[in-house]
Amino acid sequence: MSMRLFAAVLVTMAGTAGPALAQMADMPGTMHDHAAPVSSPDEEASPPPIPADHAADAIFDPAIMARARKATIHDAGGMPFSMLLIDQAEWRPGTGKNPQGYAWNVKGWWGGDVNRLAIESEGEGLAGEKAERAEIQVGWLHALDPWFNVRAGVRQDLGWGPHRTHAALTIEGITPYWFDVEGSLFISNKGEVTARLEGSYDQRITQRLILQPRAELDFSAQDMPELRTGAGLGRAELGLRLRYEIAREFAPYVGVNWETRGGRSARLMRASGDDPTALRALAGIRLWF
Amino acid sequence: MPEQSPKARPRLSPLRLDRRTLLAGLGASLGGAFPAWAQGGAHGAMMGAAPSNQAPGVLSGERIELAIGHTPVRINGRMGHAVTANGTMPGPLIRLREGQDVCLSVRNTLGEDTSVHWHGLLVPFQFDGVPGISFPGIAPGQTFDYRFPVRQAGTYWYHSHSGMQEAMGLLGPIVIDPAGPEPQPYDREHVIMLSDWSPVHPHVLLKRLKQMGGYHNFQKQTLAGLLAGRDQPLSERLAWGRMRMDPTDISDVTGSAYTFLINGHDTDANWTGLFTPGERVRLRFINASAMTHFNVRLPGLPMRVIQADGQDVEPVETDEFQIAIAETYDVIVCPAKAEPVAIIAEALDRSGLCRATLAPQAGMVAPLVPLRKRPLLTMRDMGMDMSGMDMGGMGMEGGTLDLSAPSDAPPSGHAHHGAMTMKMRDKSLAAPAIRMGPGVATIAPAPIDRLADRPTGLEQVDHRVLTYADLRALVPSEDRRAPTRHLDLHLTANMERYMWGFDGAKLSENPDPISFRHGERVRVTLINDTMMPHPIHLHGHFFELVNGAGDKAPRKHTVNVLPGGKVRFDLTASALGDWAFHCHVLLHMHTGMFRVVTVRAGENAA
Ligand SMILES: [Cu+2]
Repeated sequence: MSMRLFAAVLVTMAGTAGPALAQMADMPGTMHDHAAPVSSPDEEASPPPIPADHAADAIFDPAIMARARKATIHDAGGMPFSMLLIDQAEWRPGTGKNPQGYAWNVKGWWGGDVNRLAIESEGEGLAGEKAERAEIQVGWLHALDPWFNVRAGVRQDLGWGPHRTHAALTIEGITPYWFDVEGSLFISNKGEVTARLEGSYDQRITQRLILQPRAELDFSAQDMPELRTGAGLGRAELGLRLRYEIAREFAPYVGVNWETRGGRSARLMRASGDDPTALRALAGIRLWF
Repeated sequence: MPEQSPKARPRLSPLRLDRRTLLAGLGASLGGAFPAWAQGGAHGAMMGAAPSNQAPGVLSGERIELAIGHTPVRINGRMGHAVTANGTMPGPLIRLREGQDVCLSVRNTLGEDTSVHWHGLLVPFQFDGVPGISFPGIAPGQTFDYRFPVRQAGTYWYHSHSGMQEAMGLLGPIVIDPAGPEPQPYDREHVIMLSDWSPVHPHVLLKRLKQMGGYHNFQKQTLAGLLAGRDQPLSERLAWGRMRMDPTDISDVTGSAYTFLINGHDTDANWTGLFTPGERVRLRFINASAMTHFNVRLPGLPMRVIQADGQDVEPVETDEFQIAIAETYDVIVCPAKAEPVAIIAEALDRSGLCRATLAPQAGMVAPLVPLRKRPLLTMRDMGMDMSGMDMGGMGMEGGTLDLSAPSDAPPSGHAHHGAMTMKMRDKSLAAPAIRMGPGVATIAPAPIDRLADRPTGLEQVDHRVLTYADLRALVPSEDRRAPTRHLDLHLTANMERYMWGFDGAKLSENPDPISFRHGERVRVTLINDTMMPHPIHLHGHFFELVNGAGDKAPRKHTVNVLPGGKVRFDLTASALGDWAFHCHVLLHMHTGMFRVVTVRAGENAA
């Protein structure tokens, strides 16, 4: 039974809908149907069958029509798009015991609305040195619902220490109140399990001046001494960046970044003579193509 | 070059390229040449003047030739690349007479396929000009002859239906004089064609929207605005943020990318149409924009609306109307004084406007008006306005919607005790036909008929504003049968991912065509589950809006469905064949809001 039929039955039968209808009549801007009465529900005709052929094929060469049809259908929602977002490309000037360094965070995708190829890379290092932390991910990105995607792929570590390869599974999306969030689970080729949580928020101060608080937390299920990471919270990073969008896709920024290590990781850092906590000013550029 | 060999007429004849003609055309148009009808200081046409007496740039007669080509244009000081008909943007005015036969011969000098669709004209489907649906399109170097009898009068237009050529300038007006006398006499007339122009390729504009839904919006709510007491108070901002909705998301592509044009002229170029004081001047407004709805007014001068979408209506006086993309409105104005009068076309989101001038003599400039404050969307635009409940400050906390009513029954609208669930994507409310995938971010919980509503942003202005409920056909509709069938169609979207569709499906997902029996009368309800207005256009037909005018329901080819609202129309499926049915916001169409409508005789007819 159609919803409409159901509606009509309900309206005719009962007093319950009556007051509601009366109320409707008082609503400003509510129109009522004064046109010819619609046939009663039981006379509702069934929809005609869906033809399997195409009208224009009777007039034009069906092969040429088929090609044109395919193009028209593809052009209405099937076109692939792409984006390469250099979210962070920044310089972190040194202050006292924290030597100057650099960091990057890049994301890209190519594909349709539901399935995309995704790449991602992030890392950081000290000036003049090879990156201390560096990784690249490649995966398949799939839209789960209007707001969230799942990403499945591999992550390759390239920074300090042994280079692990991980299977990576990520859920990313936009929460109510417009927070960008991302949660990832990694299993390395040594069987180690790690996880990462990221979140950020764009606070528009003016149309072009945007303040972005950002957090990133790394967790580990086990001690990994050769990576100077202990079980529990590994690395925590809190950032605050103020960018000015000269164009949407071209925005210089300044900010601060505070990085620290969880208890066991911090001990491993100190053991190798490094400070587990660093607060740095930063300046960079955000751009996309 | 692919050979197109239709089995029957129309014949596609190979084209001999005449390089000299082409170059001459290019040279003439460099720096912005206009067809005579769109030139500044235009005298316009006098009523009753034979077409042959009119200025060049007007094409009349039984055989009309259009050459589609590339033309460099300079607009607002920037060079751009247009796709044009006969070398100008807008293209030539095609002036026909009701009852004549016409052959429109369209030659493609581009390096890609093209097509021309005659917007609002009742033609056999194979001459409707939609590639892949009505015909194969016109390949490079080929000519296609569109032949049909002219069965109607009024103001219409033509545009490309291939790729994004329409947004690149392939558009022009069509005026059809009635076989009999004009029902509303006038002394002089001007075509007023509104459009939006960007030197950036429309595909790039679309790519940016796919990358970031709010890319072109520079009128968002900000912290500075909150502190200054502008726009929504904090509680409302939080409530909208909770739903991941932006009340400033009025237009996808805005004045940050576009220059708005009247007859191809921006405000500085000040297109001027002449009049003699005391004359009745008919203005034929056509919104040929790709992405922009306009608010239209002539400050200080009332307008008498006499046609909508080319169809005569009972004259109705107003001070302002909103013209959705692809609509036309004809008005008569009577400027009495020898003073210039401004024609103001203001973009829906108030990110820009275009001013032209009506003047008693060339060289006069009408005063510019300031842009008004950009509107904010409300609960009503979400389909959540419950029987006049106070929505201010989201006063719904503690209330609840009675959503147990079937989707098509009027919402009962009374507030219950208990928790208000501000669910904007309640699957239990979605009609079974809707595919609830990533492309559907919102379902209007209680959409209402908004035909009597003033359109977005004009709710509060202190003068008369035209609504759809004001339109009454001059002549009662021919088909007064009651509909025998109902059809609901939901307009759906995910504005962040920039996906648009009908019932949650994009055309690229190959949904079934919408099927009608030849001659059947069907009541169609369009339900807008999105927060943007959609001008929905059905090819090959007019439909009668169910707006309370009864037998005098106005006939339209395009109807703008307000956000969170619904529109009912009665359609007599009178034209056999396959037809395009789509949102006329060009980038909505190109991201999926497009279906094929098919009208067949008999149950199994081909
Ligand atoms: Cu639309």
